Amino acid sequence: MQKIVVIGAGMASGRVLEHLFDAAPDAFDVTLFNAEPRGNYNRLMLSPVLSGEKNYSEIITHDDAWYAGNKVTCRFGEPVQRIDSARKVVISAQGETPYDKLVIGTGSTPFIIPLPGHDLPGVISYRDLDDTNAMIESSARSGARAVVIGGGLLGLEAAAGLRMRGMEVTVLHIAGHLMERQLDAAAGYLLRRDLESRGITVITEAQTKAIEGNGKVARVMLADGTELPCDLVVMAVGIRPSMQLAKDAGLAVGRAITVDAQMQTSDPDIYALGECVEFAGNVFGLVAPLYEQARVLAKTLTNQADAFTVRELATKLKVTGCDLFSAGDFAEGEGREDIVFRDPGRGVYKRLVLMDDRLIGAVMYGDTSDGNWFFGLIKDGTDVSDMRDTLIFGPAYQGGAAADPLSAVAALSADAEICGCNGVCKGRIVDAIEGGAHTVGDIRATTKASASCGTCTGLVEQVLAVTLGDDFVMPTAQPVCGCTTLSHEDVRLLIKSKELKSQPAVWQELGWSTPNGCHVCRPAINFYLLADWPLEYQDDPQSRFVNERNHANIQKDGTYSVMPRMWGGITTADELRAIADAADKYNVPTVKVTGGQRIDLLGVRKEDLPAIWYDLNAAGMVSGHAYSKGLRTVKTCVGTDHCRFGTQDSTGLGIKLEKLLWGSWTPHKVKLAVSGCPRNCAEATCKDIGIVCVDSGYQVGVGGAAGMDLKETERLCDVQTEEEALEITAAFVQLYRENARYLDRPYKWLAKVGLPWVKERVVDDPENRHALAARFELSQSIYRKDPWAPLAARAETFGPLADLTLEAAE
Amino acid sequence: MSWIDIGALDAIPLRGARLVRTRVGCVALFRTSPTDVYAVSDTCPHKGGPLSEGIVHGTSVTCPLHNWVFSLETGQAQGADAGNIATYPVRVEQGRILLDITTLAKRDAA
Ligand code: SRM
Ligand SMILES: Cc1cc2nc3c(=O)[nH]c(=O)nc-3n(C[C@H](O)[C@H](O)[C@H](O)COP(=O)(O)OP(=O)(O)OC[C@H]3O[C@@H](n4cnc5c(N)ncnc54)[C@H](O)[C@@H]3O)c2cc1C
Ligand code: SF4
Ligand code: FES
Repeated sequence: MQKIVVIGAGMASGRVLEHLFDAAPDAFDVTLFNAEPRGNYNRLMLSPVLSGEKNYSEIITHDDAWYAGNKVTCRFGEPVQRIDSARKVVISAQGETPYDKLVIGTGSTPFIIPLPGHDLPGVISYRDLDDTNAMIESSARSGARAVVIGGGLLGLEAAAGLRMRGMEVTVLHIAGHLMERQLDAAAGYLLRRDLESRGITVITEAQTKAIEGNGKVARVMLADGTELPCDLVVMAVGIRPSMQLAKDAGLAVGRAITVDAQMQTSDPDIYALGECVEFAGNVFGLVAPLYEQARVLAKTLTNQADAFTVRELATKLKVTGCDLFSAGDFAEGEGREDIVFRDPGRGVYKRLVLMDDRLIGAVMYGDTSDGNWFFGLIKDGTDVSDMRDTLIFGPAYQGGAAADPLSAVAALSADAEICGCNGVCKGRIVDAIEGGAHTVGDIRATTKASASCGTCTGLVEQVLAVTLGDDFVMPTAQPVCGCTTLSHEDVRLLIKSKELKSQPAVWQELGWSTPNGCHVCRPAINFYLLADWPLEYQDDPQSRFVNERNHANIQKDGTYSVMPRMWGGITTADELRAIADAADKYNVPTVKVTGGQRIDLLGVRKEDLPAIWYDLNAAGMVSGHAYSKGLRTVKTCVGTDHCRFGTQDSTGLGIKLEKLLWGSWTPHKVKLAVSGCPRNCAEATCKDIGIVCVDSGYQVGVGGAAGMDLKETERLCDVQTEEEALEITAAFVQLYRENARYLDRPYKWLAKVGLPWVKERVVDDPENRHALAARFELSQSIYRKDPWAPLAARAETFGPLADLTLEAAE
Repeated sequence: MSWIDIGALDAIPLRGARLVRTRVGCVALFRTSPTDVYAVSDTCPHKGGPLSEGIVHGTSVTCPLHNWVFSLETGQAQGADAGNIATYPVRVEQGRILLDITTLAKRDAA
């Protein structure tokens, strides 16, 4: 097997590996180094992560299973320090790794202007997940301010994301208008207006003089004396190809690592691609050409002839929430004519640049739906003299066709590019549709169209609509899964309004396309039904994930963990003895104190579950629901009972809350904590519901998180008595149960409905609060029960139905 | 063929599964409808997940560990994942489940 070493797990190298394993699954032994402590992810999607629309796990492009399946040796968090091309080894912290062929995909490094103060903590760039997380972290402090230096694509994405997270943001841009390389002044103006309407301050022609602060960023100073106080500075002024390794190894470099059309460097065993290369005088900064390079390099490595060529590119940009497009050459000049269209009411601007009866450039803002058609005309050099009068209105107006929004897509030729990132043209999508791909998800899986930055999703949908005709229902929102076109929100509404009380009723009345759903929709529908019809609907264990069906967490080796409740983190010597006895009796390999103030017995065999539960039940303990989308734990601190600072009985309130809420099912898990004073030893301010006791009563916060996202709770209200705190909590949980979509933690749901909406219902309207709490109590009359006891009584169902090991041997 | 009685059909919940221990490893019996039972290997080819603990839908099962989906009819992984699980002849007669153990033995020998 040929040993391939890849330096950099980026957008380009990820794509090479895919092509390589597709073409020759077992031919290569790949070692993948990455400076970042993680594998390949979709860098283009960092902005949705920044703004909170996605989380990191959703943008991973290659997961552990993929690397394992292709036997890739992963060396993440281990930058390559040197290449010794004479001995054909790379050198990293762990030593030397030999290669037969080396692939360099090190991307670029953000350029940092060497201003005074550029190295203060709090000055960051925008390139990877760590930068993104640093920005998210800074934005979490209330009243935090950011200055973004650079009004190009990345700077504006950072600004928009930080603003969405509630920061005060100022953008400093050196040129006269934003994104001057992609937009003309008129479009730049509209972009600025849109950003300002969202509360972002934009300063153009800004000369930054210095960044100041004492051990940490405190302000940015401009040459004209302006002082901008801030807690964070994001520098997004450009990138430099990362070529130091190659240069040190003696490879030929120019502005970047020089490669030929086969992606070979000056050393025949070393290849390079991505933003770190220069080809025929070009360097690259968008993924489309990099993907093309990846395709060519995979061919080269499998000894097939192919050559990379530079194609003309359109930029369809996705500055979060703004629609803009530019292609070709739109500078003014001799012999050039402009056609301009403006619709001030809608904030639309379009400008076409013509020369010699041909379209050479286009800029659009606000309505970019015809962009690809114009781009096609530019690329093909079509003579447009016949359609000059109506050209600006787009393809819908050509040839007298009706102004149907779909006709524009219908008019595209088969080789018109739909997905710029992946270079997928309309013809390929139509082929895929004819081959049976009937949803956007199918198209993504078969062609990769719309699988990178996602801006062309709307076009892909239109191609589906045009090709399938009435068979395609244009999705209004993301459907629950492939079994339906309805969104979670629609399904919840319809379950209530049509009074659907069983899963078959949902499948039938809402037109499910599968006989009985799938692993994605069944758990969601099961939850919606039991939340809305607690008395009528019977929970369906076969629609639950294994942990909830078996009331224990499955481990990677198929054993389970058992975790009894310890109300409010309080236990007794008797309980501890019973746990110790159970651990001995069932040979529990690991006994662990969890992060939730209780004890976990890990590694229990499935057959032993009923017996261990029985023993724990006998000692008065019940399931801790450490596996459920339901109430998990209520952490407490010692409070007034022992602590010299405690203001209220935080332990007592915690126990009452846990006894109130336990056993309830919720859209995602729910964790609480009660701290006895603002020192907050129970970490209440990062829980789904967190109560901080103060002298005057209780501060109830909601929507905290400390998992994949880190969020501080927002104050729902302050109350004076325990009774009020308990009722507010029950009402809040019930509102969440009745409205959130399955698998949204409270903070995600709150981001959608807004805290004021919740306050209106839970705090401001006492009658509604009582009603919510009463509905919660009604449901709890069914669900506030220990699930272990009934299961322990059916121990026989936990073992095999038959054992043939003896019979088969006969 | 050598059919042997494994147990009552009703011992398996609708869209649920039960295990049979054999010398070639655990075989999972899936009940996909009131009358239909499928027998396949319990071990997911991905990372050994116990398929009998997965969610059953149509005539497929989703592995509980990382959501690979297998057809119970063919044993083939569905969608983008590649892999397959052994399938075994099984039938239901008068409310009893009958499994053909010759194939189990044969696969064992092979
Ligand atoms: C046992 C425990 C770790 C420990 O040894 O301390 C644990 C173990 C698991 N956590 Fe956790 N989490 C544990 C406390 C936490 C905490 C800390 C806390 O609760 O104070 C957090 C962060 C707080 C939070 O939730 O906001 C935490 C955030 C997560 C997440 C991320 C959730 C999120 O919304 O971002 C997951 C993944 C998920 O739920 O989808 C997760 C999932 C898991 C799973 C269930 C993974 C899985 O699906 O198999 C782990 C099960 C292990 C097992 O087999 O038993 N665990 N997990 C802790 C049990 C607490 C308890 O007593 O119930
Ligand atoms: C926020 C953001 C949004 C973007 N949006 C778009 C968009 O909408 N459309 C578009 O076309 N492009 C977009 N881009 C640009 C696009 O992401 C890049 O063009 C692309 O990622 C470059 O790919 P690459 O493989 O060359 O480098 P990268 O993806 O940067 O990968 C290089 C990897 O190599 C690693 N590395 C570097 N040196 C070493 C070493 N010595 N040893 C080991 N590993 C090393 C780095 O850590 C990095 O992980 C965006 C970029 C950002 C940051
Ligand atoms: S952090 Fe939680 S989910 Fe991750 S390995 Fe630890 S216990 Fe498992
Ligand atoms: S073990 Fe079955 S999907 Fe991973």
